[in-house]
Amino acid sequence: METLEQIKARLEKILPLTRLDLLPNECPAGEHSLLVDAASGFAVAQFLRDDPQLLLDYCSNVTGIDWPQATIKTKVKKQVLVEGVAKEIEETIETLRSGHLEVVYHLYSMALKQGPVVLRLRTENRTDNTRLPSLTPLWRGAELQEREIYDLYGVIFEGHPDLRRILMWDDFVGFPMRRNYVAPDDFEYEPTPHDEVLQAAKKHYPAEVKP
Amino acid sequence: MNSIAELPPRSFAVKPKLDGHGEPMGELLEISMGPHHPSTHGVFRMDVVLDGEEVVKLKPVFGYLHRNHEKIGEAVSYLSTMPYTDRLDYFCSMTNNWAYALTIERLAGLAVPERAEYIRVIMAELTRLQNHTCLIGFFVQDMGALGTPMMYAFREREKILDLFESASGARMMCNYMRFGGVRVDVDDAWLAQAKQVTNDYGKFLDEFEAFLTQNEILLARTQHVGVLPRALAINASITGPMLRAAGVNYDLRKVDKYGIYSRFDFKVPVGEHGDIYDRYMVRVLEMRESIKILQAALRDIPAGPFMDPKAKLRGFRPKPGEVYGRIEGPKGELGFYVISDGSPNPYRYRVRPPSFINLTILEDMCLGHKISDAVVILGSVDIVLGEVDR
Repeated sequence: METLEQIKARLEKILPLTRLDLLPNECPAGEHSLLVDAASGFAVAQFLRDDPQLLLDYCSNVTGIDWPQATIKTKVKKQVLVEGVAKEIEETIETLRSGHLEVVYHLYSMALKQGPVVLRLRTENRTDNTRLPSLTPLWRGAELQEREIYDLYGVIFEGHPDLRRILMWDDFVGFPMRRNYVAPDDFEYEPTPHDEVLQAAKKHYPAEVKP
Repeated sequence: MNSIAELPPRSFAVKPKLDGHGEPMGELLEISMGPHHPSTHGVFRMDVVLDGEEVVKLKPVFGYLHRNHEKIGEAVSYLSTMPYTDRLDYFCSMTNNWAYALTIERLAGLAVPERAEYIRVIMAELTRLQNHTCLIGFFVQDMGALGTPMMYAFREREKILDLFESASGARMMCNYMRFGGVRVDVDDAWLAQAKQVTNDYGKFLDEFEAFLTQNEILLARTQHVGVLPRALAINASITGPMLRAAGVNYDLRKVDKYGIYSRFDFKVPVGEHGDIYDRYMVRVLEMRESIKILQAALRDIPAGPFMDPKAKLRGFRPKPGEVYGRIEGPKGELGFYVISDGSPNPYRYRVRPPSFINLTILEDMCLGHKISDAVVILGSVDIVLGEVDR
C-alpha cells in the first residue's frame, strides 16, 4: 500500500486548494494520520474511497476527541556553547493549543485488503463553530457513529441524513464526553416536594426551568 | 453549557399510501416495540410504522443501558479498564479482553509469549462457539420454537463456561487477558477437558443441524427474508458473519493475521444471498472451522511462560501516541482506539462496537417485510445491548 506521504503528494496535485498535514504518531504501530481542513474534507474522503489504488471502501471506526485549550510543553534539546565547550541543554517550549473538537476516521479497503488510512477533521473551536462535513453520504457505516459524536461531543455534521441524539435522551442538555463536563448530582430528579433530592436537583437546572 | 446552535427540527412523518383519487388507503399503525419486549435481546426499542402487517418505517432506539463506558475508561488506569471490557459484550468477555490487550500491546510494543498466544486462540474460539450456538438458539426462539433449541444451546454453552470458570474464576466476566499475556496459566487437566468438549462439539452440531438446517419452517421463515446486498453491506461497515453472509470474504483472522492465526488451517465460509438463512449457515460453518482451529491449538500448545516478564501491569504508562487495534470478534470487528498522553490513564479510549454498527441497516433489511419477520431479522443481526449502548 502507498505510504501516507505518497497519498498526500497525489492529493495535493488533484486538489490544490486543500490544506493537508501529516501528523506523526510516536507509537510503535506507526499509524500516522492525515489532517484535512473541514472545507475540503468531503472531497478528500471521496478521493480516498474512489481512487483505484486505494479503494478505501470500508469506514471502520469514527471517533470524536475533545481537545480543550491548553498550553503544551515540549522539551527540545539544544547545543549551546558554554565557555567555549559545547553542551546540550534541554529547553521547554510552551505553545498555546486552541481548543477544538476532532473527528478521526479509520479507513480500510475490503476490496484490496489494505489499510488503515487515518483521516482527521477538526472544528474551528469548541463553542459556536463545531460544524464539520458529514461523511455518511460516502460511507453509511459512519451514520450511527457520527450521531454518537454529535450526541456526546456536540459536533454538528452537515449533510448527515438523521442527526439526532442517540445514546442520551432527546431533551438532555450538554455533551457528556467533553473533558470539562460536570455531571449533576442526580440525573433523575424526583418530583416530590420537601425532598433534599429536589433541592439538590434545583441547583443544576437553569432558573427558567421550574421543576 | 449547550451553546451550540440548535438543529432545525426534522420531520419523520410517514404518509399513508394513496389510492388513484388521492384518498388514503387505510391507516398506518405506529408501534413502539420494546424496550421490554422478549425478542429485542435486552432493552432495545424499535419504533415501527406498519401498513397492515407490513413494515414501512423502522427506527431503532437505544441508549437504555448507556453508562458512558468510554468516559469511565478515560478516568481510570489502563489495567482497570480490562475487567470493564467484560461488560461490553457480556457473552464474549474473552474476545473483548483480547481486543483490548492487543491494542495496548501494539501501543506499548509488548510481545506475547507463545503459550499465551495459544491460550488466547483457544479462549477466543471457545467464545465464538458458545456465542454462535446461543445466537442460533435465540433466533430460532424468536421464530417461535419456544425453549427447546435454546436449551440445547445453553446446555453446550454451560460446558464451555465451565472451562472459562475453571481457568479464570468466572463464568462470564472472565477478566482473563493481560497486556503481554494472560492472567493465570491453564493446566493439563484443563487442556484435557477442553479437548473433550471440542471433540464432542462436532457431534452436538450434527444433532443441532439435523433439527434445523433442513427444517421446513426455518427455511420458509429465513430464506429471502432480510436480504442484505453485498454493496450495501460493505458501504455500511457491516462486519462479522453478517458481512460474510452477504458474500464478502473479509475475516480479520485472515486479513490481519493477528496473534498466531497464520499458523492454523481454516476456511472462511461465505454466503451467497445475504439472507437470514445464509447468516445462520455461515455461523454453523464457522463453528465447524473453529473446532478445527481448537483441535490444532490444543494439540500444538507449547509449554513455557504465559506472561511477558517485561510487562509491567501496575503503574503502566505507555509513551504518547495513538493506536487502533481490532480483532474478529464473534459479532464482527471489535476495535479499540486508544490515545496515550504519557499519563497512567488513556487520554481517549474508544470502543468500536460491532453490534452497534451492524444495526445501521436494520431498517433497510426490514422494509417491506411483515412485523413478525422484523423480529427474526433483528435476531439474525446478533446484538448485545451491553455493547450497543456502552
